[in-house]
Amino acid sequence: MTGDAILRAEGITCRFGRFTALRDVSASFPRGALTAVIGPNGAGKSTFFNILSGSIPPTEGRVVYEGRDLARTPQHRYARLGIAKSFQITTVFPSLSVAECVRVACQALVSRYDIWRPRARLTALDDEAAALLDTVGLWDKRARPAGLLAHGEQRALEIAMALAARPRLLLLDEPTAGMSPEETRAMMQLILRLARERTVVLVEHKMKLVMGISDRVLVLHHGEVLAEGTPADIRGDATVRRVYLGQRDAA
Amino acid sequence: MDGAGSTVAVHAARPDLLAFATRHRATLAAVAVLVFPALLPFKAVAADVLVYGLFALGFNLVYGYLGLLSFGHAALFGGGAYACGIVFTRFGVPWWAAVGAGVAGGAVIAAVIGALAIRTRGIYFAMVTLALAQCVYYAAYEAEGWTGGENGLRGVDVSAITLGPWHVDFVNPLTRVYVIAAFVVVALFAVSRVLASPFGAAMEAVRENEARARACGFDVRATRWLAFVLSGAVCGLAGALHALTIGIVPVETLTYTTSGLVVMMTLLGGMGTYFGPFIGAAVFLLLENLVSLWTVHWQLVVGLAFIACVLFFPRGVWGTLLAGLRR
Repeated sequence: MTGDAILRAEGITCRFGRFTALRDVSASFPRGALTAVIGPNGAGKSTFFNILSGSIPPTEGRVVYEGRDLARTPQHRYARLGIAKSFQITTVFPSLSVAECVRVACQALVSRYDIWRPRARLTALDDEAAALLDTVGLWDKRARPAGLLAHGEQRALEIAMALAARPRLLLLDEPTAGMSPEETRAMMQLILRLARERTVVLVEHKMKLVMGISDRVLVLHHGEVLAEGTPADIRGDATVRRVYLGQRDAA
Repeated sequence: MDGAGSTVAVHAARPDLLAFATRHRATLAAVAVLVFPALLPFKAVAADVLVYGLFALGFNLVYGYLGLLSFGHAALFGGGAYACGIVFTRFGVPWWAAVGAGVAGGAVIAAVIGALAIRTRGIYFAMVTLALAQCVYYAAYEAEGWTGGENGLRGVDVSAITLGPWHVDFVNPLTRVYVIAAFVVVALFAVSRVLASPFGAAMEAVRENEARARACGFDVRATRWLAFVLSGAVCGLAGALHALTIGIVPVETLTYTTSGLVVMMTLLGGMGTYFGPFIGAAVFLLLENLVSLWTVHWQLVVGLAFIACVLFFPRGVWGTLLAGLRR
């Protein structure tokens, strides 16, 4: 049913001083699937995301992407390997226009050190950026400075910038954080559409949100894997219910 | 209806004019650089404006476009001046080759300082660049045999230059200014080209958000380093032209006050604008020259003007003007 694993976490342990954020976490993310990583506050979701996306190195264990150990891969190479991410805190280029944000993200794949040719001559990038802006519904706002967009729009822009790398693997860290219910619904629709064409790993605090759209769910609790399986499996899991019991966002 | 229509027309006309000015910014800047020495009564000030304007232009690459505040740019300016002066006086190379050596000297020192400093940011970047520039200052101070030590490097005298069939009298202040202006014009076009290049976009991305730039695929350190080296080449050129203008390289070109001066000029003109640093240098030097005519405490007046500018026009003279036109 599911393809080979595009990404594997093998025995990940992460310690900050005496505190152990993750203990021997192993997981594999099937190619083409939408996998959600969920868990209550303090479960180690963000640490796990940061290790998967290469922002911090694990204390022990390794991350393998398409058969390649990512331990020695610098962050800026991830995009060219086909891995893109969105951060929990929105990161756009605030004083650049929306269109320029996406254009420069597209440019990162083809031209990084050319100091002489006019960038306006790379017209293919404009078309690419226009298509991406259309995908996330920001074409009308293209001339605005990115920093002036509403929160939900900035998150959508960030996703357009991540897509500019033409990723095979898209890592999203709480993409609906701080969003209104309408914005959340639109974002979930967008993620579902994006997941049709690529592998998506989604870290989310709100269990209810991901159950309807995920192919697989991984539940973290106190830095360990509590459960893994299809949304139906997870919904029926007694331990998961106990962990989420009393939480407002429980399923 | 008519009223509304004409308002729209006015608003549409202004961005068009600005868009035109932006597209031809290098040409317009070149015209300004070529016209203003003829208007200024003091040619020595004109040469200084050109030299320091170019210095500030190079500094702004790192400060305005890359978002890193360097307090060590004296090393790049002075390094270019010494490189030019040393190959000219010690090896007797032609003056134009000495200018080339100045560019290379600025770039090489920037490559070394940049490689060490780009790991840091914010106040740490400012401190590391300041410390490394001080190392360059003491090295020049001690290496008397090469640099002339505290007396400065004397004898960078160019009295006449030959360009093919033309023989130009370099002692005449106005011709001297125009020879320098020719180099400045070339640098203006080159810098405009770099800013409009894909690398120029990469610099802005790194300035705007480091984490996102990295996630996009830009190597933040390599981008910073290359920008620092380009800045060094421009500042090195400014230093070399300075040496040719005054015929000597004073060791003071390497002191931290020179680094502070270029920060002030850039802020005064408008950081992150293409021509702002030039305006800043001009305003600063003209103020200095005018005020020092009637009081020896000119620094007090210029300092107050600077404080007023930072408090009330944080975008600088040029930046405020541009923002006003855009509105």
